[in-house]
Amino acid sequence: MDIQFDDNIKRARFPLLTWLTSRQAFWVLVAVILACIFLSFATNSFATSNNIYNVARNFTFVAIVALGMTIVIITGGIDLSVGSVLCLCSMILAVVMHAGYSIEVGIAASLGTALLIGAINGVLIAYLGIPPFVVTLGMLSIARSLAMVASNNTVVFQFGPDHDKLLFLGGGALLFGIANPVIYMLALTLLTGFVLHFTRFGRYVFAIGGNEHAAIVTGVPVRRTKVAVYMISALSAGIAGVIETGWLGAVTTNLGSGMELQVIAAAVIGGANLAGGIGTAFGALIGSALIEVIRNSLGLLGISAFWQGTFVGSFIIIAVAFDRIRNFRSPE
Amino acid sequence: MALLELKNVSKHFGAIHALNDVSLSLEPGRIVGLMGDNGAGKSTLVKIVAGNFRPTHGTMQMEGQDLSMHRPIEARRHGIEIVHQDLALCDNLSAAANVFLGREIRKGVGPFKILDYAAMYRRAGQIFAELRSETRPRDLVRQMSGGQRQAVAIARTRIADAKIVLMDEPTAAISVRQVAEVLNLMRRLRDRGIAIVFISHRMPDVFSIADRVVVLRRGRKVADKDVAASSPEEVTGLITGAIEYA
Repeated sequence: MDIQFDDNIKRARFPLLTWLTSRQAFWVLVAVILACIFLSFATNSFATSNNIYNVARNFTFVAIVALGMTIVIITGGIDLSVGSVLCLCSMILAVVMHAGYSIEVGIAASLGTALLIGAINGVLIAYLGIPPFVVTLGMLSIARSLAMVASNNTVVFQFGPDHDKLLFLGGGALLFGIANPVIYMLALTLLTGFVLHFTRFGRYVFAIGGNEHAAIVTGVPVRRTKVAVYMISALSAGIAGVIETGWLGAVTTNLGSGMELQVIAAAVIGGANLAGGIGTAFGALIGSALIEVIRNSLGLLGISAFWQGTFVGSFIIIAVAFDRIRNFRSPE
Repeated sequence: MALLELKNVSKHFGAIHALNDVSLSLEPGRIVGLMGDNGAGKSTLVKIVAGNFRPTHGTMQMEGQDLSMHRPIEARRHGIEIVHQDLALCDNLSAAANVFLGREIRKGVGPFKILDYAAMYRRAGQIFAELRSETRPRDLVRQMSGGQRQAVAIARTRIADAKIVLMDEPTAAISVRQVAEVLNLMRRLRDRGIAIVFISHRMPDVFSIADRVVVLRRGRKVADKDVAASSPEEVTGLITGAIEYA
C-alpha cells in the first residue's frame, strides 16, 4: 500500500521520467550509449564514420527479423524458423533472378514464399493447436532443406539482368549516405510500432498474449490473428533475406543459420516477455543494436570473438533478471 | 412482461440429464439468485442462456420472440452478457482496453482505421463514474484490486448495452470489503433496468441483494420464490435435499 502511494506521487511529479525508467528498452538504450561512449575513448577506431556505418548496417538484418519475432513473442508464441526462412527466401530470390527474371518477380516470389510458410506455421499452430515451438522447429529444418533443394546446394552470385539493382537495394546508400538497410529498418520499426499501438490488430496481439481465454470469450478472432502474426514473422525474415542478399552479393545455404537465437535474444533484451503480453518495436531495435555493439567492440578491443556468446548470453540473463527484480518490488 | 422466458427447458448429454424441465423468467431491473450444489445444473442453465448450449427440449423467448442461439456471439447480439467467474481480463492491458476488448472504438476513413484512445478512455471513465467505481481507465488491470477488476468486467456489459447480465460467482474469491463493492455494482446495474442472474454459493450475498431465489437440485428446479418469503435455512435444506420442494 505504501509503495503504491509513493509510486503515485512519483508518477504525478515526473510522469515522463517514471514512464521511461519503467521501460526495459530505455535501460538497454542507456547501456548501448554508455558502451559507445566507452568505446570511443578506449579505441581510436570505433568512432570512425566507417565503423559506425558498418555497425549500423550489420544489425539491421537481426533487427528487422526481431520486429516480427517481437510480435510473435507478444502473443506468447515463438518462431524458431526465421533463420531458415531467411535463407530460403534469399535463395528463391537468387534462383529466380539468376534464371533471368526481373528483380520485381524475384522479390514477389521470395516474399510470397515467406507468407506461405508463415501461413502454414500459423494454421498448424492456431487451428490444429500444435505448440509453436514444435511447428517452427519442424519448419526450421524444412525451410533450410528446401533452400538446398532450390539451389542444389550451390552458391549463387549472379542475379541475371537486374544484378546491379539488387546490389544497390541492399548495399547502396539512397539518402544522406545512410546505408539502405538502415533506412528499411527504421521505416519498418516505425510501422511495427504504429501497428502494435494504434491498430485493432495490435490490440488483439497484446490481448492474446495477456490472456488468451479472455480474448476468445470477448470475441477477439484469436485464430486469424495468430495466423497473421506468424505470417508477419516469416515476412520480416523474407524482407531481411532480400536485403541481405543484395548486401552480400551472394547466397549460400548456410545463410542465417543460428540466427533465430540471436533474434530471440535481441527481442528479449529489448523487453519482450517470453510469457507473452509485453514487448515493443523499439525494444527489438535496441536489443539488436546492443548485440551488434558487443560484437563489434570485442573485435576492436582485441578480445577473441569466442567470447561473444558469453557476453550476449549474460545480457539475456541480466535483462530478464532486471525484469524479475522489478516484479518483486511491485506489490501483488 | 418477462424479458427472457425459459419454458420446460431440458439438456441431456447422452444418458446424463443435466437439466430437466426447468422454467425460468427474468424481468427487467430484478436480480435472481441462482443457487444449487455443484452438479445441480447451474452452469448448464447459464450456458444455455449464454448461447453455449442449445436445449434438448423446451423453448426460450426473448421479449415475446422465439430465441434460438447456436453460438455465444448470438446471445451477445440479443443483449445477453456474461461476467465470467475468472472475469476474463487481460492483466497487461489498461482498464479501458479491457472494457472495449473485441469492440474497440476506431476512427479514420475506409479501411484505414486507428484505435480512438481518447474516446475509449472517455467512455470507460463515464461508465466507471456511473458505477461509482474508483477505477481509472488508464490503469493497468495488473495493478487493480478485486473490486476494481469486477468493475472492469461489469463495465463491459454496459458497453454492450446488455439487457440481461449473467454473473458467475462474482463474490466467490474476494475479500469481505470487496464483496460489498461488487454487490453495489450489481445494484447499479439493476437500477438501470438490467435483469441479473446471480449465481452464488454464498447465502448472505444472495439474501442481501436478490429479489428472487431459484434453487436447482439434480437438474430440477425445486424452488422459485421471493427472497422475502424464504430463508437461508430453507434454501440450505432445498440445496441439500432435506426439503423436497418449496
